[in-house]
Amino acid sequence: MHTTFPRLLQKHASERPQAPAIREKEYGIWQTRSWSDLAHLVEHIACGLHQAGLVRGEHMVVIGANRPRLYATMLAAQSLGAIPIPLYQDAAAAECVFPLNNAEVRYCLVEDQEQVDKMLEVREQYPALSHIYYDDPRGLRNYTDPGLGALDELVASGQVFAQNHPDFWREEVDKAQPDDVAAMFFTSGTTGNPKGVVHTHRALIDRAQAGASFDKLSSAEEVLAYLPPAWIGQNIFSYSQWLSCGYVVNCPESGATVAIDLREVGPTYYFAPPRVFEGLLTSVMIRMEDAGWLKRTLFHKCMAIAKRFGPDRMDGKPIGALGALQYGLGNLLIYGPLRNTLGLSRVRVAYTAGEAIGPDLFTFYRSIGINLKQLYGSTETAVFVCLQPDHEARADTVGVPCQGVEIKVADNGEILVKSPGLLKEYYKNPKATAEVLSADGWYHTSDAGFIDAHGHLKIIDRVKDVGRLKGGANDGAMFAPKYVENKLKFFPHIKEAVALGDGRDRVCVMLNIDFDAVGNWAERRNLPYAGYTDLAQKPQVYQLMLECVEKVNADLAADALLAGSQISRFLVLHKELDADDGELTRTNKVRRGYIGEKYAVLVEALYGGATEQYIETQVKFEDGRTGSVSATLKLSDAKTFAPVKTAA
Amino acid sequence: MSTKKIGDVILDVKNISLRFGGVKALTDISFNVREHEIRSIIGPNGAGKSSMLNCINGVYTPSEGSITFRGKTFDHMNSRQVAEMGVARTFQNLALFKGMSVLDNIMSGRNLKIKSNLLLQALRIGPAEREEIRHREFVERIIDFLEIQAFRKTPVGQLPYGLQKRVDLGRALAMEPQVLLLDEPMAGMNVEEKQDMCRFILDVNDEFGTTIVLIEHDMGVVMDISDRVVVLDYGKKIGDGAPDEVRNNEDVIRAYLGAGH
Repeated sequence: MHTTFPRLLQKHASERPQAPAIREKEYGIWQTRSWSDLAHLVEHIACGLHQAGLVRGEHMVVIGANRPRLYATMLAAQSLGAIPIPLYQDAAAAECVFPLNNAEVRYCLVEDQEQVDKMLEVREQYPALSHIYYDDPRGLRNYTDPGLGALDELVASGQVFAQNHPDFWREEVDKAQPDDVAAMFFTSGTTGNPKGVVHTHRALIDRAQAGASFDKLSSAEEVLAYLPPAWIGQNIFSYSQWLSCGYVVNCPESGATVAIDLREVGPTYYFAPPRVFEGLLTSVMIRMEDAGWLKRTLFHKCMAIAKRFGPDRMDGKPIGALGALQYGLGNLLIYGPLRNTLGLSRVRVAYTAGEAIGPDLFTFYRSIGINLKQLYGSTETAVFVCLQPDHEARADTVGVPCQGVEIKVADNGEILVKSPGLLKEYYKNPKATAEVLSADGWYHTSDAGFIDAHGHLKIIDRVKDVGRLKGGANDGAMFAPKYVENKLKFFPHIKEAVALGDGRDRVCVMLNIDFDAVGNWAERRNLPYAGYTDLAQKPQVYQLMLECVEKVNADLAADALLAGSQISRFLVLHKELDADDGELTRTNKVRRGYIGEKYAVLVEALYGGATEQYIETQVKFEDGRTGSVSATLKLSDAKTFAPVKTAA
Repeated sequence: MSTKKIGDVILDVKNISLRFGGVKALTDISFNVREHEIRSIIGPNGAGKSSMLNCINGVYTPSEGSITFRGKTFDHMNSRQVAEMGVARTFQNLALFKGMSVLDNIMSGRNLKIKSNLLLQALRIGPAEREEIRHREFVERIIDFLEIQAFRKTPVGQLPYGLQKRVDLGRALAMEPQVLLLDEPMAGMNVEEKQDMCRFILDVNDEFGTTIVLIEHDMGVVMDISDRVVVLDYGKKIGDGAPDEVRNNEDVIRAYLGAGH
């Protein structure tokens, strides 16, 4: 393998110039760009950037949703040997300052006015940002800020340059080597500044191809690009694998139309984090509840059949003639139309990762005939470490090591990985690099887990989060907060959970209701409420939450190792945990430590035995203004169970 | 960052009075609107704001006075003529076709621009089809502009109020108006919806150079986005000028806060 991303582009453009490369829905119509169109666009942008002074080895920031011209700009930067850094489009200006400063960025391409305003704000603190290009000129007509320019103009000037220097782009592309740096991704990081993960062309392309060969991906796949491009998963699925396999990437019309566009495109290869699958299922269930008696009965009957035969069928086990007949009928009446409504009719391979997925949720999709599987990986490993083979997907494992990967479990339970896709380094941070990358080439994932009897990897929690209870009845018992939180979050009415217990005598949790699901639940019971805060504090809602908590406790009691982690008290928070308030990371993971500090009064009340606690919280709106929410929260006890003794 | 050019007077209202039997809705009102500006009409309830808009719009015929639009003076007009001259409006109480999709509602705003006859349209013969495609393209640009792509095919009646207001604005924009009359575009909206609507109004004004006459109750909004403001009270004009002048006008303060101040 001796290639780079721009060379892959050139290969597709010369081998099958008219084949579609990327589509975008604009003004209601899917507009297709062929590989040769794309190559021309990339050449022109590259020439434009060269003229504007972008040099080899320099970083260039790209911010925006999945737009073809943003992808083209990343390719253009790579053609010149520059390194694109995609950043999250919903990050606040202050969050962008560090990455730009750290990577000494002079050039950026952003999607629209919103992002331009943000970059101008960033520039007040980081004046070195001299060139700001934008894709969509709307609202920017009268901006006169220095260094601000339309991508259209850059393309136009690049086109003239390319006419006068027809060999320039090709020569530049030839200069790049596979071991050159291809891209840098900033990890959201739960503490401290984000770290820039540096990847070479070789690492990204190797992992893209490993994943592609595992699932036999071809140039015939259709993919919908709808997750933030700053996240490496998105980059792998609709950039690295796109260029490696030469399939078609489809860009939705807007964030709000993803569900509609998904149905129109009908992707064959699909990735979504568990919460997207959960959202889809919730919307189906809510609509089914509103359907007429006949439809509802038919749905539930068929789903019962799917639950009985679907998983076995997916695993390639025989289900008998009667089962096949029943399932076939269900497929005709319900599963087929449902897959179609979800936009997943053509899906051959679907993946989920990033968070644990609830067993019910996972089984639901597999039982209606969607080949949903899990994978394991991170930004530092260029995603693919473990993948579940077809017929071997389980909700509680993450699959077997894929091609080129070696795995071992350290004494403290930490999973160590050796793979061709490992990061080159953390940018300008040799100390952090040395912490995760040992001299003999093992990458420390900081995930705790083990390999099960079938050779599948199973993850429990982050190594650093696995704690111990101290004092009380369960002194010294293991406490895996994420494990507890996930069990809670698998209930549709609970959106987030924060489990506390390390160094304490018992486990307490703070919950976030799922506003849609609980709101709907309340409406069905004629329970009036005035808004999120009010609904969250209803006694009926507490009762609902209590039932969920006690089910989790019963479940935990069955596992001798984790029986001590049963929840003794809980409360329901008055506001949704939000990344804008720093309570979640940009990838929506709870920042347990920060929440513990921010809501210290609540934690105290939980452990102090109070039944009520007043709290006032600052909230940050998307436009940067702040406000405050206050409420008196109730605290509730929960029943715990004696550990189930399994007979030896 | 943004600097805009305000042009000459495009709409000149002179000495307008309007009576319904013995009730004097408007008395001797004069003001003008310049090209590309955002001109607001404010006033307490019943001050005659909507009546004023209805006079400009041709729904009411003023009892006295004249209206000059682009140099042409008229003392009475019907609303179709006004529309043909390039004046579009939105309604305080939404007048959308609830059962029709967002797309069809906005398409209905193209009515005056469609030239092919009913028969050709019904049969979708040559020119009619080409024309429809052209209009659909225009409507799609509006849908994109107002960021309602996700609701293109949704019946308007199913949309939340704030979005319906946006569709109403879209239909008015479909006329490619030179002057846009907005009757309380932000009534009944929450803060976020108001912010969105403000942004769209400013963008329409900025991108298309459309002159905007705005009736609005939210003083914050009016003072923020208007170039000039007219204040009415009991059918009479009591103030006229830039937002700052109006804010400090004694009569205006009295009308809004009562005589004690």
